[in-house]
Amino acid sequence: MSLDYVKFTPGFDAFMPKEYRDMVERGPFGKKTTVSQMGNFKEILEEHPMCAGCAMTLFIRLAIVAFPNPEDTITVGTAGCGRLAISQAAIPFVYGNYGDQNGVASGLSRGLRIRFGDKTKDVVVMAGDGGTADIGFQQVLHSWFRKERFTTIMLDNEVYGNTGGQESGMTTRGAVLKMAPLGKKFEKMDMVAMAKIAGCAYIATVVPNNPRRVESCIKKAVLIAREVGPTYIQAYTSCNIEYAIPTDKVMEDAKSVEDDRYKFTEYVSEDAKAYLADRYGYKEFIQRPVVTVPHV
Amino acid sequence: MDNTAVIGAKTKKGQVITDPRMMMNDAPRTPSFFTGSEVIKEAVKRANVDVMVAYPITPQSEAAALCGELFAEGYIGDYFRGESEFAVMSQCAGAAFGGARVFTTTAGPGTMRAMENFPMWAGARLPIQCIVTCRGINSPLSIQPDTIEIAYLMNTGMLVWHAETAQDFYDWILKGYLVSEEPDVHLPLALCCDGFFVTHTKDVVGLTPAEMCLPPYDPYRSPVPCMDMECPPVRMMRDPFVMKSNYISYATHASWQQEVWAAAERSRKHTIAWLDGLIDIEDGDADILIISSGTAVSQGREAMRLLADEGVRVGLVKVKTLRPWPEEELREATKHASHIIVPEFNVIGWMAKEIKATIPNSERVVAGPRVCGGMTLPPEVIVEEVKKAIGMRSGVLAGRGG
Repeated sequence: MSLDYVKFTPGFDAFMPKEYRDMVERGPFGKKTTVSQMGNFKEILEEHPMCAGCAMTLFIRLAIVAFPNPEDTITVGTAGCGRLAISQAAIPFVYGNYGDQNGVASGLSRGLRIRFGDKTKDVVVMAGDGGTADIGFQQVLHSWFRKERFTTIMLDNEVYGNTGGQESGMTTRGAVLKMAPLGKKFEKMDMVAMAKIAGCAYIATVVPNNPRRVESCIKKAVLIAREVGPTYIQAYTSCNIEYAIPTDKVMEDAKSVEDDRYKFTEYVSEDAKAYLADRYGYKEFIQRPVVTVPHV
Repeated sequence: MDNTAVIGAKTKKGQVITDPRMMMNDAPRTPSFFTGSEVIKEAVKRANVDVMVAYPITPQSEAAALCGELFAEGYIGDYFRGESEFAVMSQCAGAAFGGARVFTTTAGPGTMRAMENFPMWAGARLPIQCIVTCRGINSPLSIQPDTIEIAYLMNTGMLVWHAETAQDFYDWILKGYLVSEEPDVHLPLALCCDGFFVTHTKDVVGLTPAEMCLPPYDPYRSPVPCMDMECPPVRMMRDPFVMKSNYISYATHASWQQEVWAAAERSRKHTIAWLDGLIDIEDGDADILIISSGTAVSQGREAMRLLADEGVRVGLVKVKTLRPWPEEELREATKHASHIIVPEFNVIGWMAKEIKATIPNSERVVAGPRVCGGMTLPPEVIVEEVKKAIGMRSGVLAGRGG
């Protein structure tokens, strides 16, 4: 039924704006579009007010392309740069209060399940490091402990970008930023470890340089969250303004940060592996029978 | 979905979805001896609630826990404990965004901790019902009833009702959904009572049949698109106008705030119909009037009786809804009064201030007596205030000096 909103009202198709026509005729709803086809279809997120060279925007764009069921997906966010782009996408976006995105997503996910029964409705949280690890920390962790079935994506630019560059819990130790005039005094928070302790069924760290990998992680995270449990993706999405990264060096920076301290990691719980294999045919998670060679 | 189409159908739990007017006005009532907390449970049982989020804080903990029993019995679609009051209210918001009928309870400091959510609920037009079992909020600690938190709630854009008795509580929980879910209202409701005095005391309450329940919430009657991907465009914030033009931001925000308050005003006609008026009047022709809300009304009623024994005729006005505020009704009710006594369970006297701002010749208003911090308000104290106002000699109350 949700695909109805990308149909023309009979008799009005000739009068619809080009943006809408493109969305209906060349959009991704109800189709299996992938990041490798980008440029050949109308994306759900195209225009945005973000800074030139923003890695976060590229990541958000990739993430939205990767949603397995975009026409039935609601995004939830909080204050920060990310929501300026997410809220311009052609899918629903909820903005609650400061740092309460995982609380809102908990209620939303449960409310949708009650209302729509067996229909699949995905909820994806996308919030910055301040929203996820600082002000929203309690609600993030508790949503994981409660095993809420939605995906949390941290847009980790290691700074409060939207408010002008203050340190966050995810800033690396020693970084000099506004509100850290002598350099940050403590280590970057290990949210991945906390996600594991709290029982997330899928956890990944990524950078936006490798679109296929981002797509793969997002897809798995959203699918697992439907039935198995909470999933967490932490993405390095540098703030080129606050960290003075030249626009044309943003991807270079991401690559070097990935090589240095933000390596790709992926954790899939045993339940999640079995679910992906059985339900969605993920070959890499199909359990092969152990062949025992008789000892001669 | 047409809500009336489901009337007569059975819920999963076997309750019959009943026409609300029949259920509330005509159905037989069974007198039952319950605490206020148990009454909350009985009302929720018949309210067809989809999601309840709970958190412990005295004195609402018991009611929140009893609703858990309802969930276990299958009367509530989903129930869970949040991790703080702020989180609970955010979770309620999410569930309401998802199109569910949502219920929660809070009290005192919890209400204040959750405060960021209440104007957000109103602005997002989420018809969540939140029971507020008032208690002290400020340091030093008191867990006893004190209605100061109502003063804050009155400026959130929510509907705010103040129940006097357990019977009010029972009826208003059910009627609250009927008013707040009207398409031209669609606002959250803070249904307040004085903690302990109502929640922890037993009273005889007339209950509607347990096999009847309200029709389910229909999110498509919302004046704003519900978040379900079923109807476009469904963006909570379409184009972040704050980044484009401060002028657009001011204008959008200002016009929407006015619309929210206009929606509260539009609730009057529904509320008057369901609550039989925004105020109740007893002996309204009297020259002296006691006006209050909540259990201060009960104490005022007892003071009336004591004064009548001494030959002093006093009338009583019970204010049922604080938002919308019964402005016209109070002007009319106080037209002939020479003295207006306003007893309250709080230190700041928000009720007296509201009344003074509403009626002409506000020097008639005696802003008191007031007790706070959870103290009881003996009717004798109200009697004394009345006598003082009209220049009658009164005996010295214990502990009040000579």
